Formats: sequence, C-alpha cells, structure tokens
Amino acid sequence: MTQETGNIITLKNVNKWYGEFHVLKDINLDVKMGEKIVICGPSGSGKSTMIRCINHLEEHQEGDIIVDGVILNNDLKNIGKIRKEVGMVFQHFNLFPHLTVLQNCTLAPIWVKKMPQKEAEKIAMKFLERVKIPDQANKFPGQLSGGQQQRVAIARSLCMNPRVMLFDEPTSALDPEMIKEVLDVMVELAGEGMTMLCVTHEMGFAKKVADRVIFMDAGQIIEENEPESFFNNPQSERTKLFLSQVLGH
Amino acid sequence: MNPNNRNGLSRLFYNPTARSLFFQALILGLLLYFVMTIVGNVMTNLHQRGISTGFGFLSQPAGFGISQTLIEYNETFSFGRTFFVGLLNTLLVSFLGVIAATFLGVIIGISRISPNWMLRKISMVYVEILRNIPLLLQIFFWYYVVLQTLPRPRDSLSFGESIFINIRGVFLPKPVPDAGFSFYVALLVASVVAVVALTIWAKRRMRDTGQQFPVFWTSIAILLGTAVIGFFITGRPMVLDYPELRGLNFRGGITILPELIALWFALTIYTSTYIGEIVRSGIESVSHGQTEACRALGINEGQRMKLVILPQAMRVMIPPMTSQYLNLTKNSSLATAIGYPDLVSVFAGTTLNQTGQAIEIISMTMMVYLTISILVSMFMNWFNRRVALVER
Repeated sequence: MTQETGNIITLKNVNKWYGEFHVLKDINLDVKMGEKIVICGPSGSGKSTMIRCINHLEEHQEGDIIVDGVILNNDLKNIGKIRKEVGMVFQHFNLFPHLTVLQNCTLAPIWVKKMPQKEAEKIAMKFLERVKIPDQANKFPGQLSGGQQQRVAIARSLCMNPRVMLFDEPTSALDPEMIKEVLDVMVELAGEGMTMLCVTHEMGFAKKVADRVIFMDAGQIIEENEPESFFNNPQSERTKLFLSQVLGH
Repeated sequence: MNPNNRNGLSRLFYNPTARSLFFQALILGLLLYFVMTIVGNVMTNLHQRGISTGFGFLSQPAGFGISQTLIEYNETFSFGRTFFVGLLNTLLVSFLGVIAATFLGVIIGISRISPNWMLRKISMVYVEILRNIPLLLQIFFWYYVVLQTLPRPRDSLSFGESIFINIRGVFLPKPVPDAGFSFYVALLVASVVAVVALTIWAKRRMRDTGQQFPVFWTSIAILLGTAVIGFFITGRPMVLDYPELRGLNFRGGITILPELIALWFALTIYTSTYIGEIVRSGIESVSHGQTEACRALGINEGQRMKLVILPQAMRVMIPPMTSQYLNLTKNSSLATAIGYPDLVSVFAGTTLNQTGQAIEIISMTMMVYLTISILVSMFMNWFNRRVALVER
C-alpha cells in the first residue's frame, strides 16, 4: 500500500488525549520517502507529541499510524519493527552516561541487530567520522560538550541504519555556538537523501533543507507548505503572528 | 591600633595555625585525662572485688552445652571455643539473611514500580507494614506465634518420610560421604570449570559473530546434569542419614532450629523492605530519557534493565545497600531474645555470666562486629569504585 503511494509514514485522523486534554486533533500527514519536513509552532502545540507517536514513545488513542507498511498498534512485534526503521534524536541527547561514545553507538546494533562487535565498531566509527568526532570514541559522554554529545546521539541513531530520522528539538538545549555544528551534520544528512522529520525553531535550517514546513497550534496542523511560500506568503493569521515573533528579531 | 604592631603573644593568638594547634593539643590532653581516669577507676574496682583481668579464662573448660554448633563442641571444650561457636552462628544467620533479603528486596523493589497495579499495591503494603514494626516484635511473631503452632514431634508434618517439621525445628536427611566421594567432588568442580569456559566462549562468540547464546540456562543444565548423572555414574558416593523419631525427639539427619528459622525470617523480611526501597529509588534515579533512548533504538525491556538502567542504578544503590547488610549483621544480635546461640547470646551471655570477665568479653564481642563491619565496608567500597568511576 505504502509502496504504491511512495509514502513511508502515514498518519490518518490521529487523535490523542492526556486525560481531558486533547493534544492531537485529527492529524493527517503523509511523508514521502526522502522527504524532509520541518515542524514548527508554539510550545504546547503538540509537535513533539506527534513525532513521538510515530515511534510509539507516546500512544495515540484514535486513528492510524502506518510506518513503512507496518500499522502501529498495541502489537509489540510491530512496535519493535517500526523502532528498528525509525531513529530518533532528543532535545537532551539521552546518551548512556556509563558507556563510552563508541559503546553508545554499538549497543543497539550488537543487542538488537545481533551484529558482531567488530562489525558494529567499524560501522560506529564510520558514522562518528561522518559527525566529525572519531577522536572522541573512547571518551564518556560526560566529557564532551553539548554539541559533541548531540552529534554522538545522531551517530548512535544512524548506526541502526534507519530509514527515517525524527529530530525532537535537537538544538534547543545547546549554546548558540554549538547549534551550528549540529545543524551542519543535519544538513549533510539531508543532502544524502535521508527521510527526516524535525521539530525545530531553526528557521534558517527550514529554509535551507525542508521540502515542506508544517505549522501546528493547539494540537492541529494549521498550515503546511513549501518553505518559500510558507515564509513569504503565510495563509493563516496564526502563522503570520508566529512567524513575526520568530523571525522578527 | 595598627594590626601589624601587635606584641608577640597577641600575634600568636590570632595566627590560625598556632590557634588550631593549641585547640588540638587541648582536646588531646582532655581525652587522655578522661581515658586514664576511667582505666584507673576500673583497675581499682576490679582489684577491690578480687577479679583478675586478662584472657586466661579463654582456655578454661566451658562446662555448658550449645544447641547449635557448626564446629565440634561439647561441655568439655574451652570458653575460647564458645567464642568461635557463637561467631560462626552469627555469621551463618547473617549470611543467610543477606542472601535472602537481597533476593526478596530486589523482587519487592521491582514490583514497586511494576506497571501491574495489583503487584505495585501489594508490594507497597508489604513495605509500609513490615518496615514499621519493630524487628524484635517480628522475631517474637515468627518464634512464638507462627512456629509454636507447629505440631509436637510425634505428630510431625512429614514430607516423604524424610523431611519432618515440628515444634522443635526442621529435620532434614544428612548426606554422608561414601566411597568415591572425592571423585564426585572432582566431577562437580569440573562442571563449574566448564560453565566458566562456556561463559567466556559465548562472550567471545558474540563479539566475533553477533550470535547470542543462552548461557544462563545452559549453565544450569550443565551443573544440574553433572550433579545428578555424576551421582549415579560414580556409584552413589553419598548415603543419606535420615532423621528418626526416638522417644520424644528426632535423632540423626540435620536439625534446623526454630530459633534460627524465626530469626532468619524476621531479619530477611525486615531488611528486604529497606532493600526494596533502595532498589526502587535506584531504578527511579535513572532519568526517563534513558528509557526513551532505549525504546527509540529498539532495545527490549529486559535488555534495557540489564544494559542501561541497572548499571546506572547500581551506583546509587551500593552505599545504602552496604549499610543495610551491616545493619542486618548487627541486628542478628537480637538472637539473644529467643535464645538462638549467636555470638552475643553464647559468648557475651552465657560465657560472660560464667566467668564474669565483662571487660574482656564485651570488648572482644564489639571487636568482632567492628571487624565484620569494616571488612564489609571495604569490600563494598571497592565494588562501588569499580561501578561508579566508569563515568569519568
């Protein structure tokens, strides 16, 4: 089904509540293979919740989420399958502090993919070189700067060879001078054709790499468009207000 | 006045080094005076009452029996021997208690944060009730309430005519070595070696090929298999000495005293509530982000616990765990209350009464607990350094 339409992720009428609070309202989204989508919106608008539903870190109550032809429901096997396909980078990196950078990268390939240690290490070094920190491989996360840690987190995800990468505000916890080094890695990754969903406030990044920008507010997708039209010609008043605040300074 | 123009004494008085030296010397002097006064008093009192000091009494015959002895002992042995009998009994109940309390505590701690509502509530009630009842009361409960309701020896609960439970304790058959026993032991040792080799091999294979091997279950199969099959191959090198009812009580076999059982249960259950809380707080101290990272990478729940959560939780758990182990060991001296022959009950109790050598006996007993505590702390500190310093 998804192969025909070329969609790798499909969200159909997805609804989610936290108790009484309706966080996601009738979300519909199709993501094509290789597409780069930037999701923005005010805090509390449900953008993080939406991408966290895609790898089932959050559970949705209504609607369908289909990733690479696998329907996301309560079947643990399906959840496992989807998580192998989908990598995720968090705001606070969530590296394993008791393991070295290299061990952080090889843990999942060894235990989930049952890869020989040597092979896993070779792959890990390849990705650590790509995020430009191969020389830190034997250090512990606590010894690295925030930007370096986030790049390790990206490498750790890539080691599982995912088909989709989710970024949940990857630069929000970083000092300004470190944001660039992380964004550079993300731009490079986008250039290689990775399917990416990024929740971010980095509008420069959105203009540079996004195929589509989505604006969310109060649990709904208000507007989606190509970056050029999105930034130059926003349709809804809400989007205009948001953009004036974000781009205004 | 210019502060630089003070005379010599005043300058000394305001000098931090001189000042701290002065106060340290003062405290040391007071302490020495205090100790010497006490020692002097004690010597005078002992002399007046005609009590001789020294450790000579240790070689005199004890002349009393002890209900549980792990080493050979009877009335003709010396007071010194009663020390070791009591010490071993203390170590026995502490060792059993530490093992069981850890096992139970980990289960309770994990249940406390289980997604299963029922399990969570039951373990919460368990912890809240049992840690708030004084330990001595719990010992009395097991000893007087539970174990006293067991039948008399004549009406013992019998399991296959070989294990008997009654008011006097639990009676088990005792294995006695027979011909070929050393060969059997050699076989068992070989199986342990095989398991170690298997573990190393499995680790190496996983590193090279990524294949995982069920080491735990295979090891259990090897150990049990060798124990059972080896037993018959070597021509049954052990005979069992069954307990038998003779007159009013059982003879032969192994007897487990009700005092030991009551003390062991009470210490285990009481300490397990604290260990449960330590395990729970240890696991909860690991940030939720670690769990999310594991899930996002497809790591399953068992692997998450083993590879990510527990190694981090351990660092938080080890120091308080150490003090629980030490507490359990020290609490085992409550044995006196129900007459379990531990070090305090035998040596600081009966032996003290018989000899009157209070200072020597109490200080020896205190030294024992101190030594055990220091040894356990040293071991746990070493272990803690091993897991804790990995971060940096």
